Amino acid sequence: MNALAARRRHPAAIAVLLLLGLLVTGGAYSFFAPKDANAAPTVSADAVQDGKNLFLANCASCHGVNAEGTKSGPTLVGVGAASVDFQVSTGRMPLAGPNVQAPVNKVKFDETEIAALAAYVASLGAGPGIPEEKWTTVIQPGTPENNKAIATGGEIFRVNCAMCHNFAGAGGALTRGKYAPALDEATPRQIYEAMVTGPQSMPVFNDRNISPEGKQQVISYLAAQRDQTNVGGFSLGNLGPVSEGLFAWVFGLGILIAGAVWLGKKAA
Amino acid sequence: MTTINESRPAQGLRADDRRDEQVHESTKPLGGIAGWVDDRVGAAKGVSFLLKKVFPDHWSFMLGEIAMYSMIVCLLTGAFLTFWFVPSQTLVPYDGSYIPLQGVMVSDAYRSTLDISFDIRGGLLIRQIHHWGALIFIVAVFAHMARVFFTGAFRKPREINWVFGTILSMLACIEGFAGYSLPDDLLSGTGIRAMNGFVQSIPVVGSYVSYFIFGGAFPGEAIVPRLYSVHILLIPAILIGLFTAHILLVFVHKHTQYPGPGRTNTNVVGYPLMPVYIAKAGGFFFMVFGVITLISALFTINPIWAYGPYDPSPVTAGSQPDWYMGFADGALRLLPGWFEFVSWGDFTWSMNIFPGSILLLPIMWGVIGAYPFVESWVTGDKREHHLLDRPRNAPTRTAIGVAGITMYCVLFFAAGNDLIAIKLHLSINDITMALRTLFFIGPPIAFWITKRICLSLQRADREKVLHGRETGTIWRYPDGRFEEIHAPLTPNERWPLVQHEVPEPLQIIAEKDENGVDSPIARKERLRAKLSHFYFVDRVAPVTPAELEAAHHAHDEPHAALPAGEHEALESTGAGAERESIKADKRLD
Ligand code: HEC
Ligand code: HEC
Ligand code: HEM
Repeated sequence: MNALAARRRHPAAIAVLLLLGLLVTGGAYSFFAPKDANAAPTVSADAVQDGKNLFLANCASCHGVNAEGTKSGPTLVGVGAASVDFQVSTGRMPLAGPNVQAPVNKVKFDETEIAALAAYVASLGAGPGIPEEKWTTVIQPGTPENNKAIATGGEIFRVNCAMCHNFAGAGGALTRGKYAPALDEATPRQIYEAMVTGPQSMPVFNDRNISPEGKQQVISYLAAQRDQTNVGGFSLGNLGPVSEGLFAWVFGLGILIAGAVWLGKKAA
Repeated sequence: MTTINESRPAQGLRADDRRDEQVHESTKPLGGIAGWVDDRVGAAKGVSFLLKKVFPDHWSFMLGEIAMYSMIVCLLTGAFLTFWFVPSQTLVPYDGSYIPLQGVMVSDAYRSTLDISFDIRGGLLIRQIHHWGALIFIVAVFAHMARVFFTGAFRKPREINWVFGTILSMLACIEGFAGYSLPDDLLSGTGIRAMNGFVQSIPVVGSYVSYFIFGGAFPGEAIVPRLYSVHILLIPAILIGLFTAHILLVFVHKHTQYPGPGRTNTNVVGYPLMPVYIAKAGGFFFMVFGVITLISALFTINPIWAYGPYDPSPVTAGSQPDWYMGFADGALRLLPGWFEFVSWGDFTWSMNIFPGSILLLPIMWGVIGAYPFVESWVTGDKREHHLLDRPRNAPTRTAIGVAGITMYCVLFFAAGNDLIAIKLHLSINDITMALRTLFFIGPPIAFWITKRICLSLQRADREKVLHGRETGTIWRYPDGRFEEIHAPLTPNERWPLVQHEVPEPLQIIAEKDENGVDSPIARKERLRAKLSHFYFVDRVAPVTPAELEAAHHAHDEPHAALPAGEHEALESTGAGAERESIKADKRLD
């Protein structure tokens, strides 16, 4: 038997397998599928020039003066505007220093600067563009149709995302200190961009894996879950049975023992 | 306070009761109730026997009661849940009021649980009480078990009750697991999936057993209805039966008590069941019910709507069982994958799963259940014990217990390795390696540390008995010396510190028989002597009266140097304050 078979029961095996499968299909797709057209045909040459200046000042040290990549950062040719927008608007880039994974940080640039950076990187090679407004609008619950769309989004989420991001989007651990972050902060646009660009260990979900409608449904599901009042009370971090067990031991038993001691002190 | 002096050994018990009955005939201590019942069902003897039982008072004796009451809470709320829960895996479209699932095809079990949560008045509260109650039930069972272990309450004549308790705790875990699997949500389905994996890992017959349990291939449609019968009928019936036997045995043996003045191996000092203890226990039931309800009203448990319906394809990050099954999940996470191999005949031996699940559970509970017998064999102690050990006075037992708990905790924390990784920003691989190491070196270290602590505490007790309690008052003598004043202990204070006995290691008797041949028993005896040595080499003997006498003489010198008045003041405040706190001296007449 080989090493692969031996490890197939490893807890991360499913994630890794899915990752592999998705990467392979995604990779194959990107070979055969027509590339997304450059997202923003309207950006002016000025914006691209501004973006280049910003890039040289802030990013070139790691990504190279022509974004060709260096030892400390990958090439950005062909990553597309969506990737830049996602990375910079979540504060992941510019990276402060080497790390297993670029952490979410304070955002360093304003919207026009981010747009300029995105335009510059997009001008280097075609890649996924900034998603259209239409697909990043959250579907509001209310009509049966919309409710159904949200529920479908939930199904897509459980099949494609929950294994890394947890059922409630509370985040989860990956191998060697990497992690899938909690999804309670990301904006609809960032969620969409994360899906099309697949940052870090996250697989790319292109339009053939999950259609733009499907992505919109996922976004709407996440939004609906966020808006959901916690019907059962405080959620203890949505971490599942571990936090419940700790709570039962520490508070449940603690309070009851305190009660027993108090009762014992009561005179007959 | 009442002290009932009667002979403790179990065999002498019933005869004594009968005598007691006659004695109390004229006084009619609870004539009202016992008499009323007796007039109707002729059970005065039994009733008054029960009602006159004396219970010692200590918070740690209430742990078992917490378990009992939370089990009752589960029974009550469980009955409520059965009114609406539909144990069926038939797929139906969800049409209840939880929007993010509307229109999704789900099993009827899941749909009905969602209905209980969202569309039935009070349903969610009852569900949460049932689940929090279950968690606290099992927490209390384990805490109770630890109390019994560390105080040595499992010794003769209570070994059978310890075994009953062991079975109860195992059944409670299985009952919880079965219940947890009923709603057919993503997490519980993953749990059943894991259970299927456990069963399949049984060498050779695994796949057949799995087909048998699931009525075909996993997941099938049979498992939820089957677990339902197990959860609401089979195990509750056994639980209640065993529990009743457990409690009856407590009545028969009478409760143990902590050592103290006036408390001997042949009496029980405490309150009679009626009316004092009944009132306290009844009050405590409402307290437990109230606390569980409060927690359930404030904190979500098992939000199955957020998990989504079960479907074999998705899994979610943070899939964990309820805490009481965590140790088995942790064992699986720690077992290296390369333990699995394929032998001749194309059999797969899933040694990466089998030892952590199907083997681990019976081994763990087997070891726990066997402990009293092992200990009594090693120590050769066949006497009855009704006075509890203070944990420090049985250092080896206490250390074994802590080592076992350490092992259990390592497995338990391993089940949360992903959460530890994400919350502490560590690598999950490093955590797993660290826990694997800790599984082996943790228990011996814990053993050693605990034993040292126990022995030091015993030495501190000795010091205290010989030289008195430190008062924090520093005297300066005319010659410039400083000395801290030690207040001598009152006899009542001293008693718990000197009452215990410290056995010596057994000596090997006959190594060889008369022909110079190793006798077959000799080998067993040698092992026994070795174990006995292990238990008792390190001993701190309690202070003997002679030692105390000697110490007092030594103390008299400096005391004599004190001004007489102050000396007396010190003595009398010390003694007077203490007498207050000794309950056994006061009688409730
Ligand atoms: C300290 C070095 C460093 C700096 C400075 C830096 N990056 Fe990065 N960048 C990285 C590394 C390393 C990665 C890949 C690892 C990751 O994604 O976490 C990366 C990844 C990216 C990606 C994703 C590439 C992909 O394959 O999708 C984009 C887009 C990006 N950087 C943009 C920028 C921009 C724009 C700036 C300047 C504002 C910048 N980076 C500054 C190191 C750096
Ligand atoms: C193999 C695991 C994996 C899967 C599957 C996965 N993700 Fe991710 N996701 C990640 C990781 C890892 C990151 C963090 C990337 C980084 O920090 O550069 C991430 C980041 C994100 C972010 C950015 C969060 C933030 O706060 O900036 C979003 C949004 C996101 N994922 C959404 C999704 C959605 C939606 C799906 C399903 C369609 C999905 N992910 C599936 C691993 C995964
Ligand atoms: C005595 C110990 C018991 C324990 C430890 C226990 C534990 C559990 C647990 C953990 C669940 C999952 C609940 C959830 O989150 O949805 C559950 C569900 C359930 N239990 Fe129990 N239970 C016990 C007794 C009973 C009894 C006696 C009954 C019935 C007479 C019962 C009926 C049910 C039903 C119908 C469900 C499924 C409904 C639901 O999930 O909401 N339980 N149980």
